[in-house]
Amino acid sequence: MMEFQHSHASHCESGVMSAMLRHLGLPISEAMAFGLSSALSFAYLPIIKINGLPLVAYRMPPKFIIKGLQKPLGLKMRFETFRSPEAGEKRLNELLAAGQLVGMQTSVFWLPYMPEDLRFHFNAHNVLAYGRDAASGDYQLSDPVVETTVTCAPADLRRARFAKGVLAPKGLLYYPEGKPSEPDWAKVLPKAIKKTTRILLDSPIPIIGVRGIRRLAKAIGRLDAAGKPAAAKMFIGQVVRMQEEIGTGGGGFRFIYAAFLQEAAERLARPGLNELSETLIDIGDEWREFALSTARMIRDREPLNPAKLADKLCAIADREQVFFRDLRRAA
Amino acid sequence: MLDSEVPQEGNSTLGGQRKAMYARGADGKLHIVQSAGWEVEEIVTRQAVEDLNRLAEDARQRVIAGQTSPLEYHMHRARMDVPLLSQVTGLWQWRIRRHFRPDIFQGLSTGLLKRYGDAMGLTVEQLKKAP
Repeated sequence: MMEFQHSHASHCESGVMSAMLRHLGLPISEAMAFGLSSALSFAYLPIIKINGLPLVAYRMPPKFIIKGLQKPLGLKMRFETFRSPEAGEKRLNELLAAGQLVGMQTSVFWLPYMPEDLRFHFNAHNVLAYGRDAASGDYQLSDPVVETTVTCAPADLRRARFAKGVLAPKGLLYYPEGKPSEPDWAKVLPKAIKKTTRILLDSPIPIIGVRGIRRLAKAIGRLDAAGKPAAAKMFIGQVVRMQEEIGTGGGGFRFIYAAFLQEAAERLARPGLNELSETLIDIGDEWREFALSTARMIRDREPLNPAKLADKLCAIADREQVFFRDLRRAA
Repeated sequence: MLDSEVPQEGNSTLGGQRKAMYARGADGKLHIVQSAGWEVEEIVTRQAVEDLNRLAEDARQRVIAGQTSPLEYHMHRARMDVPLLSQVTGLWQWRIRRHFRPDIFQGLSTGLLKRYGDAMGLTVEQLKKAP
């Protein structure tokens, strides 16, 4: 079995890539993997419904980090999907037998080691497989959001890899071809930061970026607190779940991006980025305050008042707009 | 968020696991801190889980009253809705809804029941009855 070092991370995809790169001899933190691939975002997608509620995302879509790291690190990732679970399982076994560290897309619902209450039908959870237990045949997995390594029976893993529905993984496996190289930080970091500011400020569609935050604020302001309090609570609860519960490192990835900015400040010797990082930590704290108010309203510890939450979101949107403009100038 | 502000309130929905959060240490640098959970997360997760449980319980009552089939109960138990079950089984949504009728569910072939069972990780026997 291969030597593999597990580490605990906030977010599955950046955690998987950070562990994989370290395994290949390029130690890169989770925050660096997240920032370098320009994964920070905001999206309010009223057309995509999860259990009848619109999707709210604080980052770019799945696989964005894995794909986004290829160019700056000169790394070629290979992606394989399968039509039949048998073929997918066979290929995984071959790769593991060859000593390959393999990334996989799975559905959280079918992973038995996950806490029962968090097992929803979310199909884009990333885990690493690094071996197989010879006696039981169980897979040895490194799930970045879990503190230690875990094992998973083949039947469960097969279900998780071949779950259907939105973002169906189709047994997706990915692994590196060749080795990553130390990038030219002075070139790749400003580029990645600029890309993030573009995503948040210049989106042509009004549901992405800072405009998406305002659009969500409007949708929350329209909620009928008096007539349908339960539905209104489900709506705002869903937003907070996407922001805090699903592994964002807190504040909808704003803290993890602030950590990236601190690292970038050091690598580029630009203390200005440290100051911006402070501002972003502040904005992250505001997102946490929004989450706290929302939870209090859900539990009726304070009166349900969607307009107040909408105002808070608008205030955050204004701050983010100023922040990303400053960041653009600094990059 | 400072190290000391990372919530350690114990979130029952994490099942004893801890999650990694980013917080600022004494040196001003952000780093990963293990969190035992935040009450806010617990509230919103419980809200989602309770809503699903409510749907399942509601379906169970209607199974007893003979108004729906055990299929609807198991669908909610598996945290699915009709669109998702339709995608997983490859059956039309209207057909699934039709199978919620107890009389029609009674007459379903074993093949079809197995298809539903596979989608939800249940045997045909388990699928046929709601507790």
